[in-house]
Amino acid sequence: MTDVLKPETSAATEAADPSGPTETRLGIRKTYKLYVGGAFPRTESGRYDPLMLADGEVVNVSRASRKDVREAVVKARAAQGGWAHRSAYNRAQILYRIAEMLEGRRRQFEEELASIEPESDARAEVSATIDAIVYWAGWCDKFQQTFSAVNPVASSHFNFSVLEPTGVVTVVAPQRAGLFGLVQSATPAVVTGNSVLALASAESPLSAITLGEVLESSDVPPGVFNFLTGRRDELLAPLASHRDVNAIVYCGNDVEEIRVVQTEATANLKRVALRSDPLPGTFDPYWMLDTCEVKTTWHPIGT
Amino acid sequence: MNDDSPTPPAERRLRLDDGWSYAPAPEGTDHLRVDSSYGLFIDGAFRASSSGETFSTINPATEEPLAEVALAGVEDVDAAVRAARRAYETVWAPMAPADRGKYLYRIARVLQERARELAVLETLDGGKPIRESKSVDVPLAAAHFFYYAGWADKLDFAFPGRSAHSLGVAAQVIPWNFPLLMAAWKLAPALACGNTVVLKPAETTPLTALKLAEIVRDAGLPEGVVNIVTGAGETGAALVQHEDVDKVAFTGSTEVGRQIQRSVAGTSKRYTLELGGKAANLVFEDAAIDQAVEGIVNGIFFNQGHVCCAGSRLFVQESVADELLHKLKDRMRTLRVGSPLDKNTDIGAINSKAQLETIRDYLDVGEGEGAEIFQPACELPATGYWCPPTLLEGVSQSSRVVQEEIFGPVLAVQTFRTVDEAIKKANNTPYGLSGGVWSDKGAKAFRVTSQVRAGVLWANTYNKFDPTAPFGGYKESGVGREGGLHGLAPYLELTAPGAPAGTLS
Repeated sequence: MTDVLKPETSAATEAADPSGPTETRLGIRKTYKLYVGGAFPRTESGRYDPLMLADGEVVNVSRASRKDVREAVVKARAAQGGWAHRSAYNRAQILYRIAEMLEGRRRQFEEELASIEPESDARAEVSATIDAIVYWAGWCDKFQQTFSAVNPVASSHFNFSVLEPTGVVTVVAPQRAGLFGLVQSATPAVVTGNSVLALASAESPLSAITLGEVLESSDVPPGVFNFLTGRRDELLAPLASHRDVNAIVYCGNDVEEIRVVQTEATANLKRVALRSDPLPGTFDPYWMLDTCEVKTTWHPIGT
Repeated sequence: MNDDSPTPPAERRLRLDDGWSYAPAPEGTDHLRVDSSYGLFIDGAFRASSSGETFSTINPATEEPLAEVALAGVEDVDAAVRAARRAYETVWAPMAPADRGKYLYRIARVLQERARELAVLETLDGGKPIRESKSVDVPLAAAHFFYYAGWADKLDFAFPGRSAHSLGVAAQVIPWNFPLLMAAWKLAPALACGNTVVLKPAETTPLTALKLAEIVRDAGLPEGVVNIVTGAGETGAALVQHEDVDKVAFTGSTEVGRQIQRSVAGTSKRYTLELGGKAANLVFEDAAIDQAVEGIVNGIFFNQGHVCCAGSRLFVQESVADELLHKLKDRMRTLRVGSPLDKNTDIGAINSKAQLETIRDYLDVGEGEGAEIFQPACELPATGYWCPPTLLEGVSQSSRVVQEEIFGPVLAVQTFRTVDEAIKKANNTPYGLSGGVWSDKGAKAFRVTSQVRAGVLWANTYNKFDPTAPFGGYKESGVGREGGLHGLAPYLELTAPGAPAGTLS
């Protein structure tokens, strides 16, 4: 016990600021850009959508374009192979690291979310998000054992079916719960080795970009997660039709949007996964399978 | 020349082109019962189509008609779907799962009992060599029913943490290359999972599916559980688009698959698609070359190359290319093209006149692109549709004959120098159904099989199939898997344990 370093709680430290934080200092406001390829570029379109926060401050949220989608797919594609080839253990540790970083910065996320939703909801959402990331991190080195198979073929072959990532996955995140919904819809694909390009909630877009900052300090390779902010009606079709995207995860219940996603996905026979808005505490490990391919391999057994 | 020459001097060279003759060994057909006409199998009985229209199915080896078959229209498809719905709700879904399994076991057993008849009919209607119908198509079809029969009462063990529920009525459209086997691939898992089925066989090969209808009836399956409607593309479209269908399963071309995916957009129909391919067969310098030659031949000439997973792109490492291609050409000279009913035949008839024209068009395209065409001299029958085994050399990655699926006995040959190059070339295609790797280095074989982006990889073998082994494509080769444990998923809805259907996500 004596080895443990203890913080100094000297009277001097407490006395240093008897009046609490000063209110006279002019705060620094944050520019919310996109999160693509491990960097924070502005949208190439130069457009924005103003978002008024609870305290009256107006934030200019980047309104990403079709071209931003294309740029981000290039980054996601470049990152995917390397991510998939990392060991499952390594992917698990990196995802767990995200949870550690998020825990440490939860106050910032709570404040951002509280400008859009009630403060107690914001606190609960951040907690649920951190716990969700820990949950998914744990699957990295378990999903293969759970969902793959050794097949007892009637010939002299060693035959097995394993899951492989389908590749680049676009995600249309839920409109509700800007942080939790994004993490719940994007992370299952990343667990299994895909890279993801997600369109953040238009109602609650800020935490996506702040989450990018967390990812940047969590050893996540650039391009594994990419987040755009913008309008669904503009970006749905390019996210669904892009020919170098292998799958799309759509969250929501809008019949017309679903029809657009399913129709545009036929350009290259994308896999389409439809999900309703996520509920806290609900985890479906089968979400991981939506963006996996089953590969069957035959090896002869002989001399 | 020198000692490295792969070809021995003339006096020691095998003369395979004219040195191998066989006496005819035709399979008997006197035991076969083929009716002159067949109706639609709807609600447990055969009936004429409501329009009275029929079409002929012919023997592609002789161009002679085999039977007249009813052409199902929209009304007939509707009747079949209604029968399937009624059977689903009243008898099949409520039935004890073990009993569903017993019915499937019965079908498997009768397929085995009637194997010879089915093999002969498959060969007559589709043109494939009797050797293949007997040793591959029919036994695998029976094995498929046998495998899935046992799943019927074990579904809650297939998906950890989930309860399994049937979906309803499955609409299934199958191709002409493995008519009975594809019917088995579709019916067995659908029925085991508690769904009822309307199946449409291909218009050029409807007969074994109709025989299967007889077997289903004779096995005592409740009326309406299996319905078989014959016709062409319009019949298939009517079936896929029927509003009371819960699940669509299609095997065929990527283009039609894309149309189907589009047509079900905005509906709640689930779908699986098993589509085209342009598989790479990669031969490394450390491969057992003679074995690889056999694998290449089996990979592309099996079933006249009418195989979605055919190894139609051959990639050979430069250092062994000359030797391998010499041996491959010698081997091709021994292949016997001719009567599919002859037990010695290696390459039977092309399935239809239309398909033969497609293949010939591609050979013209290849020639136009600068490909050198090699075909061994062989005598082709005067009637029927035939294409000798064909190599295309001098092609490039951008050649249409390298990029597009030909679906015939045509192999495009390219070379490579490094493992990375081989993998890169193999993956340079919108398809991703299958692939082959030939190397005696285990580590290399595992690396390549794990990096080729395709659903089925064969190492030092090719075109092996088994009901326990999932099959299906990456990328534009399809969506979903058939066969094995993973082949159950497309026919089930999964819920939280004990929860009723329709309660999860």
